[in-house]
Amino acid sequence: MLELRGLNKAFADGNGGRIAVLRDASLAIAPGETVALTGESGSGKSTALHICAGLEPPDSGEVLIDGVALSGLGDGARAALRRDRIGLVFQQFNLIPALDARANLEFQAKLAGRFDADWCAALTERLGLSDVLNRYPEQLSGGQQQRVAIGRALAGRPGLILADEPTGNLDEAGSTAVMALFLDLVAETGAALLMVTHSERLAARLGRRLRLSGGRLAQ
Amino acid sequence: MMTQILRALLAHWRHRPVQLLSLLAGLVLATALWSGVQAINAEARASYGRAASLAGQAGLGRIVARDGGLLGDTDFVALRRAGWIVSPVLEARLRNPGPMRVRVIGVEPVTALANGTTSAGPEAGSAALLALITPPGEALAAPETIAALAGVAGLPPLRESAGLPPGRLVMDIGQAQALLAMEGAVSHMVVAADQPLGRAPLAEVLPGAVLKTGPVGGADLARLTDSFHLNLTAFGLLSFAVGLFIVHGAIGLAFEQRRPLFRTLRAIGAPLRGLVAALLVEVLVLALITGLAGVALGYVIAAALLPDVAATLRGLYGAAVPGTLSLSPLWWLGGLGVALAGALIAAAQSLWRLTRLGLLAPAQPRAWSRAALRAQRWQGAVAGALAALALGLALTGTGLVAGFATLGAMLLSAALALPLVLSGLLALAARRARGDLARWFWADARHQLPGLSLALMALLLAVAANIGVSTMVGSFRQTFTGWLDQRLASELYVEAVSPADVPALRTFLNDRAEAVLPIWVAEGALPGGAGAVYGVADHATYRDNWPMLSIVPGGWDAVAAGDAVLINEQLSRRQHLTPGDTLTLPGGPDLPIVGVYSDYGNPRGQAMIGLALFDWLYPGSERRRFALRTDTPEDLRAALVGEFGLPAANIVDQAAIKRQSLQVFDRTFTVTAALNALTLGVAGVAILSSMLTLAAMRLPQLAPVWALGLTRRRLAGLELARALALTALTALVALPVGLLLAWLLLAVVNVAAFGWRLPMTVFPGDWLRLFALALLAGGLAALWPALRLLRLPPAALLRVFANER
Repeated sequence: MLELRGLNKAFADGNGGRIAVLRDASLAIAPGETVALTGESGSGKSTALHICAGLEPPDSGEVLIDGVALSGLGDGARAALRRDRIGLVFQQFNLIPALDARANLEFQAKLAGRFDADWCAALTERLGLSDVLNRYPEQLSGGQQQRVAIGRALAGRPGLILADEPTGNLDEAGSTAVMALFLDLVAETGAALLMVTHSERLAARLGRRLRLSGGRLAQ
Repeated sequence: MMTQILRALLAHWRHRPVQLLSLLAGLVLATALWSGVQAINAEARASYGRAASLAGQAGLGRIVARDGGLLGDTDFVALRRAGWIVSPVLEARLRNPGPMRVRVIGVEPVTALANGTTSAGPEAGSAALLALITPPGEALAAPETIAALAGVAGLPPLRESAGLPPGRLVMDIGQAQALLAMEGAVSHMVVAADQPLGRAPLAEVLPGAVLKTGPVGGADLARLTDSFHLNLTAFGLLSFAVGLFIVHGAIGLAFEQRRPLFRTLRAIGAPLRGLVAALLVEVLVLALITGLAGVALGYVIAAALLPDVAATLRGLYGAAVPGTLSLSPLWWLGGLGVALAGALIAAAQSLWRLTRLGLLAPAQPRAWSRAALRAQRWQGAVAGALAALALGLALTGTGLVAGFATLGAMLLSAALALPLVLSGLLALAARRARGDLARWFWADARHQLPGLSLALMALLLAVAANIGVSTMVGSFRQTFTGWLDQRLASELYVEAVSPADVPALRTFLNDRAEAVLPIWVAEGALPGGAGAVYGVADHATYRDNWPMLSIVPGGWDAVAAGDAVLINEQLSRRQHLTPGDTLTLPGGPDLPIVGVYSDYGNPRGQAMIGLALFDWLYPGSERRRFALRTDTPEDLRAALVGEFGLPAANIVDQAAIKRQSLQVFDRTFTVTAALNALTLGVAGVAILSSMLTLAAMRLPQLAPVWALGLTRRRLAGLELARALALTALTALVALPVGLLLAWLLLAVVNVAAFGWRLPMTVFPGDWLRLFALALLAGGLAALWPALRLLRLPPAALLRVFANER
């Protein structure tokens, strides 16, 4: 589903030098597999996720999604790949403030032309959003916003879910409940999941666990 | 996909109706003012076109009397016999009651149609022309002319001809001669384009006539009024620019507010091209809607202003422009095009920035403000460059276009420099402030500057334009009033009904008036275009009162002796003629120039020569008008009415002429004042919309101050005070800019447009009024956000801290 081959990425450190956040990083995730990516703050976890989503290019190496190399794609084709095959869940939710919860949840599926009303209704029900569908993001609690974001990522039944600290903005109790639901839904869709988290407890719930340290990926 | 992206983008406006309203208002007002001015110009120019077709059969030659007088039927017959293909025309003013001046145009339809020299306007067909000579012999006129002539006796049946400009009455020449009591007279003969070979030369057939070619009538009028229309266009452009400031601000703000949305959309798969295309569609749809509304509003503005413009053009140039609009579809399309172009210009920067925006660029709404701060240095450099350009153009440029380019560069430079100047002033105030609250007040005002700078720049332009134009008009009025006092020294002005009455009138006046000063004038070609030559009596009235700008010693004696000529200021400036140079009079000798006089009555060149020389050079000129010096004007008027039965319109006293002249003057600037007021209104809308859109973004800055112990009432009061302080500082900066604008208008633009330079007078009372108006606009604009803050529930302020997790 997702394959990383020898990825390298470094940033300027502001003093003329460079800090490597990825060094020859390689990884393969099979369809339906769930993988946690952990590491210290600033270790490059989010950068790795952005590179997987084609939001940011690596300095060298290759990312393949369903066997398609991202480096060979233009901006439009990368956008199409994200739209059609990837579901993204952000730490800051990133809902569209001017659209209500229902429109936000259905947005990406409609954008990709993969909208399924029954599936979206089921998602809404499962995520406990039925009573707040007409509310706008600013009228939702943090937990509700995150559930809408999860619904948006799953509505188009993508093959790959990339999640960046999806419960980082929620309290302990809220995050446990949301994560349980999230993992159940991912399992139901059969999607592969790569989730960045700093929580060992959450990481333990996923099928495989990788640690990013000093730019290198380790089991 | 496009539908989904558009849905997400457009939803933004549903949640920010005030911002949408400000965008719409900006574009509607900008389009309305621009297209309104264009409507007025288009209507006036269409009238000139009709006048050109009517008066001169544009492009065809005319045979006129060499001495400026009349030709006769016999001359026409002589020319036809000699093989010339010509058509006679008699043109003279109809002595009709009422405010509309009507000129009778007598044509000879048979030869006019045969020769292709039709005189009845572009829309008068052959059937209409033939109706002039078939019983009962109709006359053609525009609907408003027919309305103005209702009840006038002695006229033939009037037939409507919408193609004619108002104030023209076209009829058969025989009827015209009878109506005007000018039997056998012909003003000029229109010469057909194709003439037979071997015809006798004109000098042999009619030695007293000359063939004139080149622009006449309406074409001349169009050239003369170009400067007036350029003035209007410049104002329209200024208003348009002020409106675009609002649009640019609203679009820029919407762009910044939607940066997180753009990032999210792109992250979940919306392609950049699709996003840009959707934004473009959004802008174009908004522009289309506002363009339609703007053009409609422009029509209303033009319809409201046109009567004043028509009066101005009639008073200044004698141009007949109807008081009602009749616009072509092209004008409507043009207005829409301007709205679309304006919206695209205003959105261009935002769209360009979107294409450059990195996918993971920080999505902070206030990045725009910080970017504006960063841009200040660049903005300052551009302002400096524009100021240098304005200075260079003022020193080296010539002509009206260079004058307006100087104005444009200077105004734009001042507007761009404003944020820097205000930032400096606010920083100074913060340093000098006593107490933490005062320091916060000024520092926070400085922090707000990027968000308000576009609106404040619009206000600066509007206030500076108002100061500049009111100073120019005030200076002009003061000079004009003084000039009228000098120029209209005689107590009475009288005009004989017909040339036949003149000898008896003169004899009568010689016995009763202290002095009878003939006003004899001949139209003719002077250097640079058509002008007029006046014959002037040798009298103390002229020597003591005439508004001379310069005269050589003994100049009046030389003029009286027929050895020299005086010229008006516009002829002097345009042709670079000064005392000591020589002027070639129309059909006459070269004479040395001995003086230059000011002349604010018309923009054309004018020369004055001694009466005896005039009599010799132009024996056929019209000589029915006299200026009279008398101590008993009322008695003399009564005697003239009793003896000659002169209509009231033919005897005008000095005070009445001054009153009429000042009325014409004031109406001339009614349009300017209206456009000024509208521009100020647009700037007011700009401030209001900026204040309202920024109000919501202010909460993160105000909430901590509230939490630290300042009441909402106090905060609302400070918000109001801050807006007033920024408005007041902007108005203060606008004052020198406005005075510089006035100087440029008086010393550069007026000289290029009209040929005269006026002394500048300042009117501090006007400044105070404008300052108060600007404060009122700023205060009103800040009032609503302040009230909203006052009524804001504490929970809304607390949410700021809740979001800080």
